[in-house]
Amino acid sequence: MNKEQTIEELKNIVKPYIQNQEAFDGLTEDTDFINDLKINSANLVDVILDIEEKYDIVIDNEAMERMVNVKAAMEIIENKLSEKNS
Amino acid sequence: MTNQEIISKLPYSKPFLFVDEIVQIDENGVEGNYTFDESLDFYKGHFKDNPVTPGVILTEVMAQIGLVCLGIFLLNDTFNKNTSIALTSTEIAFLKPVFPKEKVTVISKKVYFRFGKLKCKVIMKNEKGEEVCTGLIAGMIVSK
Repeated sequence: MNKEQTIEELKNIVKPYIQNQEAFDGLTEDTDFINDLKINSANLVDVILDIEEKYDIVIDNEAMERMVNVKAAMEIIENKLSEKNS
Repeated sequence: MTNQEIISKLPYSKPFLFVDEIVQIDENGVEGNYTFDESLDFYKGHFKDNPVTPGVILTEVMAQIGLVCLGIFLLNDTFNKNTSIALTSTEIAFLKPVFPKEKVTVISKKVYFRFGKLKCKVIMKNEKGEEVCTGLIAGMIVSK
């Protein structure tokens, strides 16, 4: 999985839900979905459903709770993809 | 859970309870109805000498029947006094006016219920069977 490419894909997914354009423009691995991008918890559910659809994976409650920032999201996507292909 | 039990668990009371009857409910959706009492307070001012049901109230009827009743049904035994519910988004088109004494039927189909968020496609019809409003409503329903 290419890191830069995944970050770009995640940016496209979160774009409709962000409330802080500046944090979005300067998005890094450490960008927090709720505290930095100001995505509310209801819209975060849509972000996660969009991630499931994009990567054809299923995210469980435990993974959902860990998915607070870009880095965590990338780790979870990578794990779920490798589980699927193993 | 019976339909009457679901209504008794709704966290609303008069003058803000907008569910009379649940006609049908299952894990995929719900149908219920409500009749607007002409003595409801908002008719005095919306509009002056010309009572019409406000769109926000129609939205509330759709949310109470289409989202909250279904949410209580889906949570079943895990729904209790500590469950918090909140409306999180609405996207509704209003097609026809609804006047005092009209009975409306709400038909709601679940789009998804994941991580505490319930999103439904909701239609409201009048007694003639005409669509009066239609759209998407979502809310969070979380048991602590």
